[in-house]
Amino acid sequence: MTACSQDRNALAAYLDGELPATQEKSMQEHLRGCPECAAEVAAQVSLRRAMKPAAARFAPSADFRRKLQAQIAPKRSVGVRWLWPAAVATLAVMLLAVVWTRQSTLRGQAFREVADLHISDLASANPYDVVSSDRHTVKPWFQGKIPFAFNVPEFAGSEFTLLGGRLVYLHQQPAAQLMVGAGRHKISVLMAQESSGLGTGLPFFGGVAVRDSFNVETWEKNGLRFYVIGDAEQGAIHRLAQALQGVNGS
Amino acid sequence: MDRAFFEQLAMPLFDQLYNHACWLTGDRADAEDLVQETYAKALKGFASFAEGTNLRAWMFRILRNAFLNSRSGLKQKTDYLEDEETGADEAVAHEVTPEALFLASESQEAIFSALERLPVAHREIILLCDVDEMSYREIAQVLDVPAGTVMSRLARARTNLRAALGAKEAVR
Repeated sequence: MTACSQDRNALAAYLDGELPATQEKSMQEHLRGCPECAAEVAAQVSLRRAMKPAAARFAPSADFRRKLQAQIAPKRSVGVRWLWPAAVATLAVMLLAVVWTRQSTLRGQAFREVADLHISDLASANPYDVVSSDRHTVKPWFQGKIPFAFNVPEFAGSEFTLLGGRLVYLHQQPAAQLMVGAGRHKISVLMAQESSGLGTGLPFFGGVAVRDSFNVETWEKNGLRFYVIGDAEQGAIHRLAQALQGVNGS
Repeated sequence: MDRAFFEQLAMPLFDQLYNHACWLTGDRADAEDLVQETYAKALKGFASFAEGTNLRAWMFRILRNAFLNSRSGLKQKTDYLEDEETGADEAVAHEVTPEALFLASESQEAIFSALERLPVAHREIILLCDVDEMSYREIAQVLDVPAGTVMSRLARARTNLRAALGAKEAVR
């Protein structure tokens, strides 16, 4: 059919870009002068273009892609991906445990010291440095003895009676201890500077806590740390704490 | 033996390999098995794979060998043996004019079905050359044959395809 002697396969090789440079040149010249071969080349080009979609005829499913990826994914990195959060979590838990243990040890120490002061006061035959139910007597007594000032609420007409006060040491820091009677119970109020190192041992965060059957409430205000401790009922401890907060507030 | 490095190099070939496997087997499940086997073998042999050589040709070759050893491949193996003798329908192909070829290339369906009807050896080489756009050298690596064989087989395959397209055209 073709009058031209040019080999069709040579044309294909030319289109594949696989003809040696010298032959490529002569082929180009031939194509310019041979309409038959030019038509053949055009037809082959259009066939090839039409065949391109065969490249994307079959697309793998997302499922299969995942499966294969999992098959060849670096095993170690899979492990690491899982291990990292676990390792971090474990470390965090350990750290928390250490901190918590340390904190609770400090809390325990702080509490024990406060409790010891309260108990020694209860046991003492001579529990007060200043014996007075008058807050205007007790408060001035502490002047010059402690490096801070505090206010004593008016107990007259309340369930509490001021028994007296004394100078104590809490964490090697001077502190004021007031003894307050509530019915037949005695309650200790301890006040010390927050900078005395008790801060790290913050025992409780608001409200009354129960430690060793003592009811304790503590808070910090304007650089002073307050402890109210005693075997009186929790409500009484809390009311006394509120009375103190009322006169030593803002 | 760096899996991450292998993943980085081999994953971009995933779609191409899967598509090729589908064309070879004509079945998606078989193609998935083939691709999986290919990646498993390539990963195993990656240590011996010399950097700088053609990874694509290497993986296509693994895929091809896996196919030839698979059930669906064994069924079609005779095609490969026959390939060398099939004179194709030179005469028919010659009668398919450029104009007829032009017309045929307008129907994608006709082209796909003609490709499907080709012996697997011919379908394979046409896909490697025209669809995956491999050089004769690359194709020779994939098929593990000399470059001359690539040229002659490709010529036979194209004649065959042309005849198939012409036949389709004649049926109309």
